[in-house]
Amino acid sequence: MSRPRGQSWLAAAMLSPTMIVLALVVFYPLVAAMRESFYTSGQTLDADGFVVEGERFAGLANYAGVAGERFLNAALNTTLFTVVTVGLEVVLGVAMALVMQRAFRGRAILRASILVPWAVPTAVAGLMWKWIFQADGVANALLGTEILWTADGPWAKLAVVVADVWKTAPFVGLLVLAGLQIIPSEVYEAARVDGASAGQRFRRITLPLVKPALLVAVLFRLMDALRVFDLPYVLVGPRKHSVETLSGLIWDEATRVHYGPASAYGTALFVYIAVIAFVFVKLLGADLLSDVRQRRKEARDVG
Amino acid sequence: MRTRQITALLALGASLVACGSSDPEPAAQGGGDGRGPITFVGGKFEAESVQKIVDAWNAAHPDEKATVVLLPEAADEQRRKLVQSAQTKSDTGDVILIDAVWTSEFAANRWIDELKLDTSAFLPPTVETGKYRGKLYAMPMFTGTGLLYYRTDLVKKPPKTWDEMRRICDEVLPEQKGMACYGGQFDKYEGLTVNFSEAVHSAGGELVDASGKPQVTGDGAKKAAQFLADGFKSGMMPKEAITYKEEEGRVAFQDGKLLFYRNWAYGYEAAQKTDGSSKVAGKTDVAPIPGLDGPGAGTLGGNNLAVSSFSKNKQTARDFVAFMTSAEQMRAFAMSSSMPVATAAVYDDPELIKKYPYLPALKEGILAAKPRPSAVRYGDVTAAIQESAYAVVTGAKPVDQAMTELQAALGPLLQP
Repeated sequence: MSRPRGQSWLAAAMLSPTMIVLALVVFYPLVAAMRESFYTSGQTLDADGFVVEGERFAGLANYAGVAGERFLNAALNTTLFTVVTVGLEVVLGVAMALVMQRAFRGRAILRASILVPWAVPTAVAGLMWKWIFQADGVANALLGTEILWTADGPWAKLAVVVADVWKTAPFVGLLVLAGLQIIPSEVYEAARVDGASAGQRFRRITLPLVKPALLVAVLFRLMDALRVFDLPYVLVGPRKHSVETLSGLIWDEATRVHYGPASAYGTALFVYIAVIAFVFVKLLGADLLSDVRQRRKEARDVG
Repeated sequence: MRTRQITALLALGASLVACGSSDPEPAAQGGGDGRGPITFVGGKFEAESVQKIVDAWNAAHPDEKATVVLLPEAADEQRRKLVQSAQTKSDTGDVILIDAVWTSEFAANRWIDELKLDTSAFLPPTVETGKYRGKLYAMPMFTGTGLLYYRTDLVKKPPKTWDEMRRICDEVLPEQKGMACYGGQFDKYEGLTVNFSEAVHSAGGELVDASGKPQVTGDGAKKAAQFLADGFKSGMMPKEAITYKEEEGRVAFQDGKLLFYRNWAYGYEAAQKTDGSSKVAGKTDVAPIPGLDGPGAGTLGGNNLAVSSFSKNKQTARDFVAFMTSAEQMRAFAMSSSMPVATAAVYDDPELIKKYPYLPALKEGILAAKPRPSAVRYGDVTAAIQESAYAVVTGAKPVDQAMTELQAALGPLLQP
């Protein structure tokens, strides 16, 4: 561990541009948002009807809404959406990857077509699904129903989940496919020689070996789903309780120039996502960093 | 080592925040009373026709040329952009086109200057939408109100009251397959505020009284809410209408799925198109909207011109506003675009009436129309109205409860 002093200063100097950029683009907005969450502005009028300028320290007043009905509803929606969509996407994504990995004629076309939804911008996908789900749209025609998918209500939740799974299952599929391709075929051959069934091979070989890639995919999807905004906004609309997510709530407050509460909710969402990510890595993600730790250990042994 | 690095980073972050928040000197607005080139910032309404007026200005004022910057079509997006540049005290837009309901917010925040211009040539209700606390801040330019679109092949005389409308529907609809009686904009967005306000005023009520107090538990408001709730319950208004914005409903009407439809004047041209896109071409006319006991009162829409407080060339900007809204330019605009303008003369012009046969009905509608509540925190006010009105049209809450909740929600928002 003991290095000559000059070298560590050199390292610090070399890293400092990165640190400065990080400070500017990561820490400054974060700290600024947190500061904003303790202030209020533009909420009072003077005698002539003009808005009193300047900010006022508001303490924790902006955080009062965090215990409010609307925030809790949004938090619940966000959590439910995340659990359901990520769950479905993992199942479908793995299935897609297994299909894409097979060698058969037309494989390239199949791979490309499975990835198309992922390539479509979310806002465009939202508009497309809105068209499908509108009152006299394709969904009702196919199902023979008269459901108002885009009105506030439980059906709207389902519409958003369907659209999101359609859009992002290929992403999970892609990452899992990458994981599958690095599993050497010898392992499967050996298992077959030993008489392992297809189910056993999948459970004992494929799943454990693809786990690191799958965990990365799930982590990415978790973070993405927890801050989802565009799909419910475009597909169903803002301020519809059944699909209002935390990001949607923050957007709504900010557009109504309530920057204080918006920042407070933003900070709360940040903490929520950070906690989920931390717990995820702690509980499941030992493998995520095992590689790094291994290398560090080797380096230490050599040193 | 590690902790020291983190401390250093935090210190750096803190110092950055400190320079970010150095307060600007209070009340010292930027801008100046000069002359020179200006920028006009407006939504993407009839861009070509607007450009024609700007070209005419530029030809006459080579040293004070105006440049047009177009914002996205959606009103929320326009407002977000305009508020953003106002909050950074940017002088990028000297003359801005603002929605009628933003006047109070922009004036109270000192984002726009008071105007001393002659407004006698405009329809009086449109001038009111440009005022804040009795002073003019925005010059009327575009206007509009709800019109009742109806099928001339099925309806002889357009209804004057809701009861008449119901009676006509009872007579006509049994013969028509897949047609509902009446539709409007009932999705949860600004259109719902417009439609709800229209119903309340048409029932003789008001959302906010002259002294600025909410009155939604009054008789008129409750009867209006009941009309909407019953309409959806009885199927007089189709269930799908709670997902309608202007376009969804317009398409339904053009497909022959609605006997009556409430929409702005823009839908007239599209409904009369004979290229096959409209099944009701030649069978559609418009009338002022009906009410509870007599003709209804529509909601005033529209966009007004204002001079940004942060403009450096305010003299030019004011002249530009006067030029754009002059009788001559407004008439020229009306000749090239169906977007209704606010000058009164246009509505009595025989040549224009020939071109847009709905002008007399529209004039009658505008003169009877009422503005939406004027509020500095209009965004909060309209959100509260939408919340309760949506509960009424979806049947989620009984009328009495929804209106009591709305009354309670509006109280603090309208407090001066």
